[in-house]
Amino acid sequence: MVRYVTNRLLMLIPTLFIVSVVVFGLQKLLPGDVAIALAGEDKDPTVIAEIRARYHLDRPMLTQYAYWLGDVLHGDLGHSMRNQVPVLELIRTKLPATMMLSAIAMAWALAIGVPTGILSALRKGSWLDYLSNVVGLAGLSVPPFWLGLMLILLISVDLGWLPASGYVSPFEDLGECIRSLLMPSFVLGANVAGVIMRHTRSAMLTAMAADYIRTARAKGLTRRVIIARHGFRNALVPLITVSALQLGALLSGAVLTEQVFTIPGFGRLIVDSVYNRDYSVVQGVVLTTAAIYMLLNLLADLAYAMADPRVRR
Amino acid sequence: MNTFALRHVIGADSLARRLVRSAAGSGGGVIVLLFIAIACLAPMLSPYDPLATDWGALRQAPSAAHLMGTDDLGRDVLSRIIWGSRASLLVGVLSIAIAMVVGVPLGLISGYAGGVVDGVLMRITDGLLAIPSLILAIALAAFLGASLVNAMIAIGIAAAPIFIRLTRGQVLVVRGEQYVDAVRTMGFSGLRIISRHVLPNILPVLLVQATLSMADAIIAEAGLSFLGLGQQPPDPSWGAALDAARSFIVECPWMSIWPGVFICVSVFGLNLLGDGLRDALDPRNL
Repeated sequence: MVRYVTNRLLMLIPTLFIVSVVVFGLQKLLPGDVAIALAGEDKDPTVIAEIRARYHLDRPMLTQYAYWLGDVLHGDLGHSMRNQVPVLELIRTKLPATMMLSAIAMAWALAIGVPTGILSALRKGSWLDYLSNVVGLAGLSVPPFWLGLMLILLISVDLGWLPASGYVSPFEDLGECIRSLLMPSFVLGANVAGVIMRHTRSAMLTAMAADYIRTARAKGLTRRVIIARHGFRNALVPLITVSALQLGALLSGAVLTEQVFTIPGFGRLIVDSVYNRDYSVVQGVVLTTAAIYMLLNLLADLAYAMADPRVRR
Repeated sequence: MNTFALRHVIGADSLARRLVRSAAGSGGGVIVLLFIAIACLAPMLSPYDPLATDWGALRQAPSAAHLMGTDDLGRDVLSRIIWGSRASLLVGVLSIAIAMVVGVPLGLISGYAGGVVDGVLMRITDGLLAIPSLILAIALAAFLGASLVNAMIAIGIAAAPIFIRLTRGQVLVVRGEQYVDAVRTMGFSGLRIISRHVLPNILPVLLVQATLSMADAIIAEAGLSFLGLGQQPPDPSWGAALDAARSFIVECPWMSIWPGVFICVSVFGLNLLGDGLRDALDPRNL
């Protein structure tokens, strides 16, 4: 197990290196003089000179990258061009809302996707299976921002049950926090629920067709024990990986969902900084998102290895 | 998908027949054909000029004159949806074309060459896959500048790693097949083996992925346009229409309902078609 963990950690290094090259390279896509573009709206010559010095723009590209990477490794992602706040500080203040939103969205996705997937597999070919397949595919096909608008229309405007926008920190009032995130998290989780349902169904079908299920049946175990202990337990293993991979979709979807429900999270931060041409914040957010996503995937791989000893070679 | 399928099921007419026979394949196919027809015939179908503003008919509810109402500038919502289908279709097709033009050759090289080349290419792919696709697309669109063409490029680049991975995996499967060994012993060059013998055999799998990726690309385009990073005003796009509708969600729900319905239905159609294609190509369903 220790060797497996070390191997997985070592494999992260080249990946992180590529991510850093991509994020650094984004800067080079800017049309015209990078310093002037980075200076944002007001082209203050002192600011431009500062940027030139900070990013070592008079040096060769490789040197620029080395300096930039050095800063990043020291936890310095630069400053917001707009209000001079360190990018890391901005990310730290915005991250909790997105984490909370994504966690509840994942809870929705699992709560909807897993049971329907299992039921669908157990009743393969029935109208129930057919229906949940169509609903699952529909869940995959709905853009989260539109679903958000429709739910606001129905639940907030027509029925007045939930607030249409806003966010309450869990440290202020946990109940209100969950209430404010109930609708946005459902919207965000709908896509993932569709994916998880489809994967649960196929994993469950594979598991239930295995020889050990026949053996369990021959032993005279009850249907419930067979499904829960032999079928589902085995179907669970691939589900761990699928769910972890979907975290990337959640982080992507959060950008749009936060926009619709005006939640002051990570997604709003990247969108606002795109509008304000605050490029170092955009770079910082992309880098952090990739790092978080990789970390969560690593944890999922470890969970997978714990659930399935065959993986730890 | 095993190679048995690739060699024996691909007869184009039998594939088409199997596709039509499946509910998913035919249903999805019909929706996708309708979507393409609307985009192509936009000038004939659209009742009004999609850019024509009418200050006497601002934010009117659906009526006989305007079947889906008018927007905040008095433009006909239906006409803008019909013309907006062009942005979606264009981005869907071209961004996936970009993704495949970049991804498939790299995947072929990676899978066929193996060794160091494969290692380096796979690490690059891992790096690109580590950045969630929409976030990568937003960042690319932000740095390249906001336009429909840049959105297309951004979505295409963000989708390319999937095709590198898929192609490589398929090449690894096919490479071990005896017919590939056979042509290799006949002394054919690597390029010829790849283009004549490997690529045709993995094409069906790529086709399924292309269909499903196109569905994702259309959602991504709508998302980027919703954020103001895709189609620029006044040109119509489904995502941009939803962005504009957000301010009038209570007063004019028709502005936000209809563009979304069109996104959902076309994406649903593509997903359905992709599923149908996959089932039709699956040898277990023979």
